[in-house]
Amino acid sequence: MTSSAPIRFNRAAVAAVSAWVGVLVLLSHWLGQQAYRWLPVQASSAAPLVDDLFSLETAIACFVFVGVVSVMAYVLLFNRAEKYDMDDAAPVEGNTLLEIIWTVIPLVLVMAIAWTTIGVNREIGSIGPMDHSHGATSEAIAGAPTAEIQVIARQWSWEFRYPDAAVSSTELHLPAGRRVGLQLESADVIHGFYVPAFRLKQQVIPGRSIAFFITPTREGRYRLRDSEYSGTWFAANQVDVVVQSEDAYQDWLTRAATQPLRPGISDASREYAQQQSRLRSSGYPTVPPAPPPMVNVPGSNTLPHAG
Amino acid sequence: MTLTSLDPGILKAAHPVPGAPNNWKRFFSFNTDAKVIGIQYIVTSLFFLLVGGLLAMIMRGELITPEADLVDRTVYNALYTMHGTIMLFLFMFPVLNGLNNLLIPCMIGAPDMAFPRLNAAAFWLVPVFGVILMASFLVPGGPAASGWWSYPPVSLQNPLGHLINGEALWITAVALSGVSSIMGAVNFVTTILRMRAPGMTFFRMPIFCWTALSAQTIQLIGLPALTGGAVMLLFDLVAGTSFYRPEGGGDPVLYQHFFWFYSHPAVYVIILPVFGIFSELFPVHARKPLFGYVFVAIASLVIVGLSLVVWVHHMFPSGVPQWMRDLFMVSTMLIAVPTGIKVFAWLGTLWGGKIQLNTPMLFSLGGLFNFVFAGVTGIMLATVPVDIHVNNTYFVVGHFHYVIYGAATMGVYAAIYHWFPKFTGHMYFEGLGKLHFLLTFVGTNLNFFPMHPLGLMGMPRRVSSYDPEFAFWNVIASLGGFLLGVSIIPFLLNLVSSWVWGPKAPANPWKAIGLEWLLPSPPPAENFEDNVPTVISGPYGYGTGKPLVEHQEAYERALQEA
Repeated sequence: MTSSAPIRFNRAAVAAVSAWVGVLVLLSHWLGQQAYRWLPVQASSAAPLVDDLFSLETAIACFVFVGVVSVMAYVLLFNRAEKYDMDDAAPVEGNTLLEIIWTVIPLVLVMAIAWTTIGVNREIGSIGPMDHSHGATSEAIAGAPTAEIQVIARQWSWEFRYPDAAVSSTELHLPAGRRVGLQLESADVIHGFYVPAFRLKQQVIPGRSIAFFITPTREGRYRLRDSEYSGTWFAANQVDVVVQSEDAYQDWLTRAATQPLRPGISDASREYAQQQSRLRSSGYPTVPPAPPPMVNVPGSNTLPHAG
Repeated sequence: MTLTSLDPGILKAAHPVPGAPNNWKRFFSFNTDAKVIGIQYIVTSLFFLLVGGLLAMIMRGELITPEADLVDRTVYNALYTMHGTIMLFLFMFPVLNGLNNLLIPCMIGAPDMAFPRLNAAAFWLVPVFGVILMASFLVPGGPAASGWWSYPPVSLQNPLGHLINGEALWITAVALSGVSSIMGAVNFVTTILRMRAPGMTFFRMPIFCWTALSAQTIQLIGLPALTGGAVMLLFDLVAGTSFYRPEGGGDPVLYQHFFWFYSHPAVYVIILPVFGIFSELFPVHARKPLFGYVFVAIASLVIVGLSLVVWVHHMFPSGVPQWMRDLFMVSTMLIAVPTGIKVFAWLGTLWGGKIQLNTPMLFSLGGLFNFVFAGVTGIMLATVPVDIHVNNTYFVVGHFHYVIYGAATMGVYAAIYHWFPKFTGHMYFEGLGKLHFLLTFVGTNLNFFPMHPLGLMGMPRRVSSYDPEFAFWNVIASLGGFLLGVSIIPFLLNLVSSWVWGPKAPANPWKAIGLEWLLPSPPPAENFEDNVPTVISGPYGYGTGKPLVEHQEAYERALQEA
């Protein structure tokens, strides 16, 4: 890397480039491992699959990005014009072999990533019957449970109904270790059902009922966020997901069924009430929030959450 | 000798509005000179860049703390909606059309655009819909607040029930913007196809013209879908139809298809001319021919084809079937190939060059750096499972702003500095230019890099408040945002002071090859008039000693004497 002359295939140049590629490979591998730390805890069966793919892509991205930037850094260090030198450089107009190489290698690379991803898609198979009717995952059909939880999104609250147990809540409780079916419905506009710790997301579309499957794997408290812009209190439309052992989950259902109905969590309704009583200033006119759903268990969205 | 069917009569035809008298009033009139219109476009768009940037800085002020405390949530939602709309429809598209107007006729040796009156009408629609959009701040319900996607049903909610509301004005403005862009596109495509100088075959055309042709073709194919979709949205809003209302049997997801069928290719309408700018500037400032010209030219056309079949990658979580996700993931991935060809071609151009680090080159190199970063995060976004996690989070906002500010706007800055001497007749001040670059490059990365970790952690976009764990990266992003605001000061100072006091520019300050550099600075109203040169070689003959046109010495001598 000491010569400023145009590339020559001498032994020193080949050795230097090979050494640098080796360094890049090590750096990329290291960054790929770091990628797991940038993501929330893994709390569903999909999460490790998504994270492995992201780690692989981070490593490839690092290799490509740092590789390109290395070339830019090299030419900036060694191919600068002298002061007042306005002459032209040696006219190299192209190299067909090189151009074919840098067309084919990226083509093979992105197709390999796509192929890998299609496999991961099949494994995750989290989405509802639309998939099954297209025959994407035979495993999913065999093991498909019927929806046991009805999710109703509103401006701006989340309500979870457990019809078999006659329970309703504004905190989503899920059992760990098995596939749970959710039925996603919206009472007004499009919302997004998004639990970062599960790495899963689905638009909740008014006029449709979308079956959605999750296999929670780690007990804990996580955030459920509205991920599709839904109006004034979109940002405040978040509640908690509590993943419990099967026993604790059944126990929670049994106890919840005995609780009287109370207004559930709706930060939007609280802020709106403050605005109406002039405790809080307001801006442009807004659609008023739907009244808080009446539920057995309001739960909490102010406790510490793991992701 | 005449390889194109240029009608010599065009050159002699009387201008619909007589050529520009050399006074400032021409910039405020219905002038049909492409060079006047180009500057009108650029100055108008820079005004709206300031407006959109101011809104962004208020947003970053709100987001510097987790609570919604600086402005009300309704105001925040209106701010982010207007920020996106202004930046795309009133800054990005107009500034690129400004460059098209300045560069295309000069680069291909045409006296003007094919339809000068249509050209002026297309420009004058910009202030018209700009005023309509700004007026929405003054209507009782406030401006549109449903994002620049304006997805129904949320965009159809009209709390006051007025017929004239922010959303209706927004849709009207966007539809008029579409009309203006279609009028522009017809003009640019026709001009490039029909008015090239004798001898300028397609494969002797500068890459900027290739990319402009590609981008404007996308406008012609894609815009009708958006405009049609927007008109249906307007009917749903003000006339009670149910194209998208689920309670009336409509389908809200249908709008998403209409919207993204145009709005994804729209990103290529923006980035393709910027690829063109990079392809022009790297050869000039590295003193080498563009590496693999033919591959780069054809890659633009391949991008046009692919850009029209990738739109569903914006809708992976919208309830589309798995086979559709897989299909659109593959088509999206394929775009990396022609894009990669271009990036490698630029590296090949720089390799072994004699690089001069002046302001246009700094902006081009900085833009390439940011673009490659945006490219690798783009591949991540193309893969369905990763996209589903980060879709509608700040990861996407970060990726998008690396493309649109880090690469496209920096490319536009590069172009403005590079051709400033040509079209104003004055040199800009290099020191202010370099300061502008430094602040922009640092500000861009400080502002937009932190958005990637935020998205990976699960922070949704468009939020007016957020959980405290996101505060750290948001503070850094906000500081970067304010730095970007500061970076505009040396830029505007440079433009204004250079135009007034800048040293007189020679005809070809960069020793560049190209028809525009065979014209005086600034070029006369009809460019070459009836003395159009005959092109005899490709556009990037640096170091080859090959002349670009017949009797090149005569043209250069004439410039010296003038």
